[in-house]
Formats: sequence, C-alpha cells, structure tokens
Amino acid sequence: MTDMLGTRRLFIAGLASITVLPFASAHATSDDLAKAIKDVVGDAPLRAGRVQLDLPPLIENGNTVPLTVRVDSPMTEADHVKAIHVFNEKNPQPHVFNAWIGPRNGRAVIGTRIKLADTQKIVAVAELSDGSFWSASADVIVTIAACIEDVN
Amino acid sequence: MANILINAPKTAKAGSTIEIKALILHPMETGFRPGTNGRIIPRNIIEDFTATWNGTEIFRMKMSPAIAANPFVSFFVIAKESGTVRLRWSGDNNFSAEESVAIAVT
Repeated sequence: MTDMLGTRRLFIAGLASITVLPFASAHATSDDLAKAIKDVVGDAPLRAGRVQLDLPPLIENGNTVPLTVRVDSPMTEADHVKAIHVFNEKNPQPHVFNAWIGPRNGRAVIGTRIKLADTQKIVAVAELSDGSFWSASADVIVTIAACIEDVN
Repeated sequence: MANILINAPKTAKAGSTIEIKALILHPMETGFRPGTNGRIIPRNIIEDFTATWNGTEIFRMKMSPAIAANPFVSFFVIAKESGTVRLRWSGDNNFSAEESVAIAVT
C-alpha cells in the first residue's frame, strides 16, 4: 500500500514537472513587456493604483478570457482618463489592446475577452488627462493555453 | 455581411451613463499558429474598432492578436442627445464591417 502511494506521489510530481516545462522562443519576454510599456509611458513615472484589473485568477481555457479594466476617475473635462492600455508578458506579442476614451464616456470601464498563451502577468496602464500614468497588474494561471505551438 | 450583435438600451435618460456591448464574428487568427499542413495560418485580425455618436467619436480601440476570436467589447458613454451610435470594425485583408443602433434620449 505504501508503495502504491509512493508511486502515485511520484506520478503526480512528474505531472507537475511537465506542466511547468517552459515553452520555447515564440513568447514575448518580460523585456518585451517593459519595452511595450515604456513606448506608451515614455519617461513619465508609472505609479501603482487607481486602476483595477479584473480577470479570473485561474483560467481553464486561455482562448477566451474575460477581462475588465476599471479606472478610478471622475471623468470630468478637467480630470479624466485619456487612454487605457493592456499588456501581457508571455503571448507572442506584448500588446493586448489600446483604447482611447474621454469625459464623454462617463465611466472609465472597458470589458473585452482576450487570449492568453501561458501562465503569466497582465498589466493595465491608464493615461490620465493630467499626464500621469497609473497601473495595475494581475497574475493569472492558465491551464489550457491559447494555441500557439512552437513552429521553429 | 458580418454577424454583429450590439447590446445597447433603446432609450436613456439625458445625462445618464449607459453601457454599450458589441460582439462581431471574426476568427482573429493570430498568425502564430500552424495549420493542419504544418504551415502557419496567415494573420487575419481586426485591428481597429471605433464608435461614434451622431458622428462624434466616443470610443476607439486598437486590437492585437491577443484579443479572443469573435471580439467582444463593452464600454460606457453618457447619453446626451437622441441619435445613432455607429460601430465600425476594420482589419486585415481589407476587412470592414459596420452596424448602428438608434438610442432615444429623453
């Protein structure tokens, strides 16, 4: 009996090690993510806060993942969100979407569905009318990745 | 003709904030996946989505291959005057689609 248990543990450990095997080259890296964010933010400081990024922490199917970005803003002429940008860490490209809004929108909330190729970090950046940038990030676990077999 | 689904209220109180949801049937092929013959399936995505209210732009989004197939987008807008909300999608292979909804503001 103990032997069987041991084998089972070994098997489970083996499974676990298979799932964490890294995918090869076809992924964006953290460097790509940092560069994509820098292209938007420039030299302005990127502060954490005011942005809320909602997506499930555990994703069974990476092909369609609901995502909502909310920014805490009165959305008035004087103080509003100009743009919301969403980036990812390990899809083949770091961009997810860029959206431009304004005081006419009333609420700085955008919902969409995205693809995720791997367990990774998602970053949302909000550009405010006063020129400041705010961000939020979320770590998600993806059990079935969006199809991107390595073809090299 | 693309299949488009728009969910927006038919009537709204002046000054109230309403939500508009839009879904369009589109494969959003990333250009990173090999097909059954082993060759890469060419990229075919929607890149731009814009919404206008009586001609004034109220929302614009640039999509990447990371947007799921059959792109869904929801956003908010303040209802100011009665009119037409026109949604437009465009992308690879000269893809272009348009749909509009009338909203009566009281």
